[in-house]
Amino acid sequence: MARLHEYQGKTLLAGAGVRVPRGRAVQSPSEARAAATGLGGEVVLKIQAWTTGRAALGGIAFAKSPEEAAKHAERLLSMHVGSFPVTHLLVEQKLSFARELFVSLSIDDAARRPVILLASAGGTGIEDRAKDIARIPCDVHSGPDEASLRTSLALLKLGAAERAVHEAVRTLFSVARSIEARSLEINPLVILADGSVVAADCRVTVDDYAVFRHPELGIEIARELDHPPTELERIAYRVEQEDHRGTFFFAQMNTTPAPGSKGLIGFHGAGGGGSMMSMDAITNEGFTIANFCDTSGNPSPAKVYRAARIILSQPGLVGYFGSGSGVANQEQFWSAYGLAKAFWELELSIPAVIRLGGNTEDRAVDILHSACKDLPARVEGYKKADSPAKIAARFASLVADSLRSTETAESSSLTRGWKPRSPRRPAFVGASSAIHFDVKGGRVWIDPVAWRANAPAIVARSAGLLKDSNGRPALTVAPDAFLAKDSDMIACEVECRRDGVEGLFVELDIPGLEAVREHR
Amino acid sequence: MSVLVNAKTRVICQGITGSFGAQHTKGCYHYGTRVVGGVTPGKGGTKDANGLPVFDTVERAVRETGADATMIFVPPRLAADAILEAAAAGIPVICAITEGVPVQDMIKVRAVLDGMEKRPTLIGPNCPGIITPGPKTGGGTSGSDPYTNAGCKIGIMPGYIHTHVSQAKLGKSVGIVSRSGTLTYEAVWQTSRLGLGQSTCIGIGGDPVRGLSHIDCIELFNMDPDTHGILMIGEIGGTDEIDAAHYVRQHVKKPVAAFIAGRTAPPGRRMGHAGAIIGGADDTADAKIRALQAAGVEVALSPADMGVAMVKAMRLG
Repeated sequence: MARLHEYQGKTLLAGAGVRVPRGRAVQSPSEARAAATGLGGEVVLKIQAWTTGRAALGGIAFAKSPEEAAKHAERLLSMHVGSFPVTHLLVEQKLSFARELFVSLSIDDAARRPVILLASAGGTGIEDRAKDIARIPCDVHSGPDEASLRTSLALLKLGAAERAVHEAVRTLFSVARSIEARSLEINPLVILADGSVVAADCRVTVDDYAVFRHPELGIEIARELDHPPTELERIAYRVEQEDHRGTFFFAQMNTTPAPGSKGLIGFHGAGGGGSMMSMDAITNEGFTIANFCDTSGNPSPAKVYRAARIILSQPGLVGYFGSGSGVANQEQFWSAYGLAKAFWELELSIPAVIRLGGNTEDRAVDILHSACKDLPARVEGYKKADSPAKIAARFASLVADSLRSTETAESSSLTRGWKPRSPRRPAFVGASSAIHFDVKGGRVWIDPVAWRANAPAIVARSAGLLKDSNGRPALTVAPDAFLAKDSDMIACEVECRRDGVEGLFVELDIPGLEAVREHR
Repeated sequence: MSVLVNAKTRVICQGITGSFGAQHTKGCYHYGTRVVGGVTPGKGGTKDANGLPVFDTVERAVRETGADATMIFVPPRLAADAILEAAAAGIPVICAITEGVPVQDMIKVRAVLDGMEKRPTLIGPNCPGIITPGPKTGGGTSGSDPYTNAGCKIGIMPGYIHTHVSQAKLGKSVGIVSRSGTLTYEAVWQTSRLGLGQSTCIGIGGDPVRGLSHIDCIELFNMDPDTHGILMIGEIGGTDEIDAAHYVRQHVKKPVAAFIAGRTAPPGRRMGHAGAIIGGADDTADAKIRALQAAGVEVALSPADMGVAMVKAMRLG
């Protein structure tokens, strides 16, 4: 589920009339100093990270002066949570409160409706006190069940603050419903000495499937991530949004291998359940998964190609493991074309094991093997009869061989593995003499010199889309219709390469990807 | 024999002229499913690529074709209305394939369906569908050469991996229920290769608010005399599998095997399915596995062993 930062959630709450501490989000020590000066008095600085237990991580600090706030900010902004850097802090007035409550709203999948959990005391560790938590069922239209809410509140013995808490809970429900939250948690909701009620924290997740109805939330990526989107995730999401043929899900998980791990691997699955099963298998072999990726639902080869390029933009990978459903009801040869093209362009030098089980799997594995046979890396395709555990074990042995053979005096465990590189292009690509035809998200380049020699061979592999016209290539369909023929042209390029026929190349754009590599 | 659908089931497709709907209507038609037409508003009176009649409304389609099941392929934002339209037209089995239906829409749909006097059976959304395999009798290459003359496939699963009991070496059939599409196919393939047939396979979908639950399906399989074993495939997140474990312990005498996916998924991380979110102590993979084992269920710890676990639970191997 897409998440909002604490400061974003608090802005929504404040807009609906729930009190929140005064404060603002900052991205630098000087901004933190300015914020603290503006607030006056003691302030609290909190890292804006999608994790629980920030205090235990050292992600929360108190400052008595603006100078102290700036100093804390410097430290907090250099923190990483998991593999990912902290980019925002929330600087707020420090509250002194009389009492803490825990309030959360979520969709109860057993009851098929929203439910509010309410408990006394807040802070961390609420998960361990399940028995003291009141459950208040809600109606999606009318909100929390009034009798149940009143009973729960009475048990908390809130005295004069009960009315304010009652109102706050109802408002929280309205906020959650209005933004189609999957969950909204206030831990703690605090009662100040004067009886007023303030939301001291706010964690919100929004239904990915409903994000399209809520442009006001400014959610960049409607996906479950445990960190703010990385540049690669943004690039991947744009690919997904611009090509609706099949689905593509990419999320980074680790940038360094876990201690004792056999190494960081790029993961490329197909289908949710099949991917989970394959991730289990590769984790059991002792590898650390750099990313989750799922291309399924009959993805176009261009989508699979872009997925592979994005996966291979992560440095330090010791191998590429592709495995999802073994019996995918999609034409797997299309995926094989996409992978073969990406591996060739990048001159893949780490082992790849790809399970292409499903429809047309024989053809898919044949394409992958023959198109990758001259690469520095070993690329092996497998079919539905090969279990994820079996191919994960095979992958482990290929990785071990590859690491042994590349181990040199200067390479250490820190520098080993894949180094992202620019894709190679045949010399005629971009040349002024070359001829090109646009396809969706790219262009087909043809070398006029090679064409004179190879025209019949290229035409024969072009699915009837190209023809020779007085010694020059021409389209058999209108340029508009040709735009949607990227899949056939990718197939044509790979088929030509398999058979040693030169002269045609499909250049596919991935906006932003080269900049990520150069920046690194 | 089977549950919910069989060779007599008359199926329509809502969204029959969309690319996804058209592709899978053809797949079902070639499998041998009795597809009788489809619905696309504004295209009533035309025919689809298979020569099947297209109607403007579900009500009209039901009136003209006697359809008693529907598969829904409309875009996510229209899916809730499509389900309600099918329910209002009196279709008893509604299978929503569409992925990406907002949860709030589904809560509203459930509230309406649950209040209906003749409540339809909803499968999904975000699911592969339901299949009752028939014996292989043809090539499955066209409507006149269907894969089977006695089966019913409603959804996006590959038909050829399924086995009818009459062609199963071990002579027994299992019912399969799963939240994951691709793992269902894997389980089907494994059981087929081990010599089992399938009575019916139901993909209930990965969304948190959906139609059939694991228990609903286990109950159906438990009552079906021709289902000899039950294989359940669950995921991390939610409480459906724990509830099913309690149900099995109390009510089911048939052999049951299970697999829970996502053991290595870190807490809080969604894995392809909206429902697969760790929400509490009860919905981790390990908690589910323990509950199932306590109920006497043969739990496969590796997805590669789902079929083997089923055979073992049935004491056939």
